[in-house]
Amino acid sequence: MILETDNLSFHYHNGRLIFHSVSFNVDKGEVLSILGPNGSGKSTLLNCLANLYKPVTGEILLNGQPMSKMGLRDVACMVGYVPQIHMPTYAFTVREFAVMGRTPYIGAFATPSRDDYRIADEALERIGVAHLRDKPYTEISGGERQQVTLARVIAQQPRLILLDEPTAHLDYGNQHRVIQMIRQLAGEGYALIMTTHNPEHAIILDGKVAILDRKGVLSIGQAAETLNAETLSDLYELSIKTIYDEDAKRKICVVC
Amino acid sequence: MARRNFLYSNMFAKTKQHKYHSNGPSACSEGAIPQGEISSDMAKFHWVFWLSLVLLMTILGTSLANGRYGISYNDTFRIVFSKILPVQRTWNDIQEAVVMVYRFPRTVAAIIIGAALALSGATYQSIFKNPMVSPDLLGVSSGACVGAAIAILMDAGSALIQVGAFAGGIIAVTITVMIPRLIRNESTTVLVLSGIVIGSLMSSIMSIIKFVADTDTKLAEITYWMMGSFARITFDSMFPVLPTILLPVIIILLMRYRLNVLSLGDNEAKTLGINLRTTRGMFILCSTLITASCVCLSGTIGWVGLVIPHTARMIIGSDNKRMLPIALIFGGIFMLVIDILCRTITSAELRLGILTGLIGAPFFIFILFKQGRQVQ
Repeated sequence: MILETDNLSFHYHNGRLIFHSVSFNVDKGEVLSILGPNGSGKSTLLNCLANLYKPVTGEILLNGQPMSKMGLRDVACMVGYVPQIHMPTYAFTVREFAVMGRTPYIGAFATPSRDDYRIADEALERIGVAHLRDKPYTEISGGERQQVTLARVIAQQPRLILLDEPTAHLDYGNQHRVIQMIRQLAGEGYALIMTTHNPEHAIILDGKVAILDRKGVLSIGQAAETLNAETLSDLYELSIKTIYDEDAKRKICVVC
Repeated sequence: MARRNFLYSNMFAKTKQHKYHSNGPSACSEGAIPQGEISSDMAKFHWVFWLSLVLLMTILGTSLANGRYGISYNDTFRIVFSKILPVQRTWNDIQEAVVMVYRFPRTVAAIIIGAALALSGATYQSIFKNPMVSPDLLGVSSGACVGAAIAILMDAGSALIQVGAFAGGIIAVTITVMIPRLIRNESTTVLVLSGIVIGSLMSSIMSIIKFVADTDTKLAEITYWMMGSFARITFDSMFPVLPTILLPVIIILLMRYRLNVLSLGDNEAKTLGINLRTTRGMFILCSTLITASCVCLSGTIGWVGLVIPHTARMIIGSDNKRMLPIALIFGGIFMLVIDILCRTITSAELRLGILTGLIGAPFFIFILFKQGRQVQ
C-alpha cells in the first residue's frame, strides 16, 4: 500500500478541529478525489499528506513507513505535490522550472546533471509541452502552466502525486484535458489524490471519492456508488440530481 | 529510477500540435536542444562570462593607471609585473608606492566588495521572492553605521571602528530576525517589515549621534561611513575581514541552485525536499555576513545589490545557476568603474554613495523600462 492514514486529525493553534478520525488508504493506480464545501479543510488535509503540516493525531504511512520519521528528501522522493497554479516571481524558462522537480535527487552543493535535464525533457515531452521548453514560465497560459507543473512532478518520479484543485482557473477544455491526464497517470501506476470542487471530475475518474463535510468527518467510497443525488444535495446544500448519459457512458450531475 | 515508460500518445500532444499548425511548422522549437543537454543558454553563459571577465581585467588595468598622480600605463604595468618578473626599473619610488600601496588595495577591495554585494543582493532577492529587495534590507547597513559611529564617538582606532561596524550590523539583523519569532508570524512580509522598522530606528539613532558629534573632527569621520569610500583601504585592514566575505560567497555559489527552488515559495520548496529553516537560515546568514563585512571595510554602499542582479537577470535569465556568477563579475566591474570615476572626475575625491546613487537610480529606471510588465 503506497499511502495509509490512520486516525488523522488536525486543528490550527487554538482553532477549531478541521478534521478528525480520518483513515483511508490509496494504492498504486488508484485515484482518490476529495470533495467538500469551501472551507471544509480539503487543502489542509492535502497539506498534511504533503508533509507541509503535521497532523495533531494519527499517523501517515508511506509504503508502510511512518512519514513523521522520514527525512524531507525521502518523502519528496515518494510524494509529489502539484500546488494550485500561481505566478513565480522570476521568469524561469519552462525547462528550468521542470528540472526543479529533480531537487530531491540533487545534492545541496550540486546543480542539475545531464541526466536530470534528460528526465525533465522526457517529462515535458510526455505531457506534450516540449515545444514550450525555452519560453518563460511567466508568459505561458494558465493551462500550459498546469501542464508544466505536472511535467515537473513527473520529473520528480514520486509514487504518490497530490494535486490541489488541479482544474481551478482552467477553461472547460483544459479542465477535461487535465482530468484525462490524471487518468492516464493512474493507468501508469502512480497513486493520485486530488481535491476538486467539481463532482463530475470524480465521476469521470471513476476511482475512490472522499467527502469532507463541514463537521470535519471524512467518508470514503467508490465514486460510482457514493456520488448519488442524495449525497451531492447534502454536500452542497442544493437540490442536485444525477442523470445517466448513454453517449458519455457515465452519470452527469444537474442542479435543479 | 526511470522505471516508467512513456510510450503512448497523449491528448495534450495532439491538441497542441493542432494549435501550432496554424502558425508554422509544429516542431517549432523541438529538437532545438538535444534531449539531456545541460541548457540551451549554456553557450551564451560562457560567452558572457568570459567577455565580462576580460572587461573586468581591462578596467582593473585602467584603475591602477588612473588617479590624481600621473603615471603612464606602461610604467604602471611594469611596476605591477616587477613584483613577479625581473623588469628593468624605469620609475621612481613615489610612483611605485602610489600604484602598489594606494591603488592596488583599493582596486582589489572595489572588485571584491562590488562582487560580494551584488551576490548578497541576488541572494536576498531570491529568498524573499522579491526583486526589489537589497542587501541592507534587514537593517544591516544602518546597524553597522551606528556601530561604527559609536566607536568613532568613543575615539576608537580604525580596527575598533571595524569591529563596531560589524557588531552593529549583526545586532541589527538579530533584532530584525527576532521580531517575527516573538510575534509568532514567520512570514516573509513580517520579516521585511521588521527590517524596515529596525532600519529607520537605526537611522534615528544615527541622527542623534551626528547631533552630539564634534562637528570639526568626528562628524566628517561618521559621514565617511555613511557615504562609503575605498580611499582608506589597505591590505592590512582588508585581511581580517576577507574570510567573512569570501567564505559566505563560496557557500552561496555552491548552494546557488537551491535559491531557484526557494524562490518558488515555501510550500513548493518543502515538498521538493528542502529543509526551509536551515537552507534559508544559511543563505540569510551568509548574505548578512557579506554585507556587514563590506560595510565594515568601506562604509555603506547602496544600489549595487539592487541594480546588478537585475542587469545580470536581464542578460542571462533568472536561473541562479547562471545568474549568480555573472552578477558577481558585473558587481566587480560596476564598483570599480564607480571608484575610478570617484577619484578622477573632481579634484577632491567624491564619496561612492554619491555616484552609485547618481548612476544607479537612472540605470534602475532604465532596467524597469526594459523589463516593463515582467516586473511584478
